[in-house]
Amino acid sequence: MCLAVPGQLLSIDDGDALTRLGRVSFAGVVKQASLAYVPEAEPGDYVLVHAGFAITVLDEVEALRTLAYLAEFEPEDLP
Amino acid sequence: MNGTTPIAPQCPIPTATGEAIELAHGGGGLLTHRLIERLFRPAFAEAPEDLTHDGAVFEIDGARLAFSTDSYVVRPLFFPGGDIGTLAINGTVNDLAMCGAEPLYLSVGLVLEEGFAIADLRRVVDSMRQAARAAGVRLVTGDTKVVEHGKGDGLYINTSGVGRLLAPLPVAPGRVRPGDAVILSGDIGRHGIAIMAAREGLGFETPIHSDCAPLAMPVRRLIEAGVDVHCLRDLTRGGLATALIEIAETGHVGIQLDEAAIAVAEPVRGACEILGLDPLYVANEGRFVALVPAADAERTVAILRHCGEQAVVVGSVEAANGAAAVRLGTIGGTRVLDMPSGEQLPRIC
Amino acid sequence: MKYVDEFRDPAAARRCAEAIARIATRPWTIMEICGGQTHAIVRHGIDRMLPDGIALLHGPGCPVCVTPAGIIDAAIAIASRPEVTFCSFGDMLRVPGEGGSLLAAKARGADVRMVYSPLDALAIARAYPGRKIVFFAIGFETTAPTTAMAVLQAEREGLRNFSLLVSHVLVPPAIEALLGAPDNGVQGFLAAGHVCTVMGYWEYEPIARRYGIPIVVTGFEPLDLLQGLYLCIRQLEEGRAEVENQYSRSVQRDGNRTAQEVLTRVFAVQPQRWRGLGEIPASGLGLAPAYAGYDALLRFADVAVPPERHGECISGEILRGVKKPADCPAFGTRCTPEHPLGATMVSSEGACAAYYRYRRPRSTALAATGGTL
Repeated sequence: MCLAVPGQLLSIDDGDALTRLGRVSFAGVVKQASLAYVPEAEPGDYVLVHAGFAITVLDEVEALRTLAYLAEFEPEDLP
Repeated sequence: MNGTTPIAPQCPIPTATGEAIELAHGGGGLLTHRLIERLFRPAFAEAPEDLTHDGAVFEIDGARLAFSTDSYVVRPLFFPGGDIGTLAINGTVNDLAMCGAEPLYLSVGLVLEEGFAIADLRRVVDSMRQAARAAGVRLVTGDTKVVEHGKGDGLYINTSGVGRLLAPLPVAPGRVRPGDAVILSGDIGRHGIAIMAAREGLGFETPIHSDCAPLAMPVRRLIEAGVDVHCLRDLTRGGLATALIEIAETGHVGIQLDEAAIAVAEPVRGACEILGLDPLYVANEGRFVALVPAADAERTVAILRHCGEQAVVVGSVEAANGAAAVRLGTIGGTRVLDMPSGEQLPRIC
Repeated sequence: MKYVDEFRDPAAARRCAEAIARIATRPWTIMEICGGQTHAIVRHGIDRMLPDGIALLHGPGCPVCVTPAGIIDAAIAIASRPEVTFCSFGDMLRVPGEGGSLLAAKARGADVRMVYSPLDALAIARAYPGRKIVFFAIGFETTAPTTAMAVLQAEREGLRNFSLLVSHVLVPPAIEALLGAPDNGVQGFLAAGHVCTVMGYWEYEPIARRYGIPIVVTGFEPLDLLQGLYLCIRQLEEGRAEVENQYSRSVQRDGNRTAQEVLTRVFAVQPQRWRGLGEIPASGLGLAPAYAGYDALLRFADVAVPPERHGECISGEILRGVKKPADCPAFGTRCTPEHPLGATMVSSEGACAAYYRYRRPRSTALAATGGTL
């Protein structure tokens, strides 16, 4: 379940908590998404968008940490 | 033509069980194929080569000709990168080119819905004129019908075309051999995304443009250069995957594809990610694959690039080994590409 | 694409798979409960990178698959009304109930529209005040907040021509039902990363403790899945049973509080039937009394939800990981993606559909049996 795609928040449109929309770029394809669930999001942030709603702001530090963890796996020594 | 007496297979076509035609039957995938194989072929085909995929080739008094037809029901009629008129011309031009022919003359049949704006018709006709000129073909005959309001989706177009065979040998799946290179003429997925975005009102601010274009010239250059083109196929509905599966199964070969070599433009990728679509199955209108002997691969790529196509080798042909299939190299190994059963739908899951 | 490409790096994936092979000393059975994860595993061949002893089961994590057939039949009944414009996510359009699919209903003239978001359905309701717009609200906790927001907006705008056919399901009760079954063979779980983005993962801690099962919250890209599997297997090898968060760039323990508050406001927890699994208590969401006016089943009171019939489909056992698609006598013959009998063949994420497309021994794709045209 749950196809959610990361995109970069380009700008925030007017609106209150319920109706706040933002423009999100997915590799250059720009689409509007509701920001109702990410009140803290700011332009430049990467958000995860599902069914037209941003459901979280992605944490870059954690992303790098995950990649660093993966990078520590040693390649298999070939016999 | 060839003088043999064909035997029409007595396929017991199931009588209508209340089953109706579904949109999937026009999707270019499994159901389309079944419709052709189980309903049309038994009714119309008199020889195995009849009703093959792209066009028909035959000889009349020594002249080797190709003949093809296509109908256009696209919605919306106008989309970024083209309209139903551009599609109608280029579609048939490309079908003929894929036979290894030089497209020459086209017919145009229009079915207009009462109430359709003449201004829109003028736009479409203008597009067709420009597309025909760009493709080097002449529209020499046509027909117009009008149906009552509500009985037609604005405008349907059928084009049929005749061309002169250029390739000395047949260009068909049957000529594909293990070892052949599979060359793709450019990036994939533009047309399908352009249409879906426009039709479903997906609200992409940055419009993705259809790649609708005529392919006769690059094909001609290949043939004139003496490349022994085994098979050509333009990618339409069903995308790259469907085109190659059909070739593999008709030609009884296996095809190994390298996913990393297949170019997908970033915005198209982004759109596919959002919609949950696999670019391999998304429609194109200005791309084709060429299957040529391995020795000709480099030359083919060079010639196509010289024509402006971003051609690249994306795979190779191998022996079928019991199962003619298209295999895609993935992170975890290879997976077999399957024929989609219907139109790929955006998913949320 | 940022946050996507880095997590699809083939070399890193191979190294991770090798690391798994190094630490796994025994066979283990791990279940992932998210259709999106199943899709990614099958598409990238992740399970083929695992050592032989690691069995990866695909659980009931596809809301499309587990939507009861009766709800789909109710959807079709509503959609077939001339005054109704029925809006649904693409996934649900091909899913058959007992009486066909929404796509088939569309072929017969029903006004069925595919939408990408509940907000699209709202927009249609605003644009066509004379029509009755019904939105098919399916999905897990990831999607329920989007439905909830559509309800709140409709309420604020006083949109009277908008209603919802609700079939939202919750993951933790399903996991408990699976683990509580006597024939359960699942030893570890990969929890659904996007569900947990909304709900957090604190709900899984008592489950891990009670059943002694490691649960790793996992993302959706190949590297996420492999790392999730690595962490899960490491726990199993070390005899631990904790909740770990692999998908930390998206998931926090508390989840998205704003979304959870809206969920609590608009929905109430209720028992829910899962296609192939039966009824699981407290596993579904229904509109709270204050919003009952938006329930399509109340607006179209004469539409009933037929009870589930039991045919030859063994979806339930497959969803629980007790049987495999190849064990089913109907698999590939009477039951195919074109003519599915049950939940697991219905959606492309279903275990049977995935197995059919990517694994089964076959002659040709075009010569597939079953069906007429």
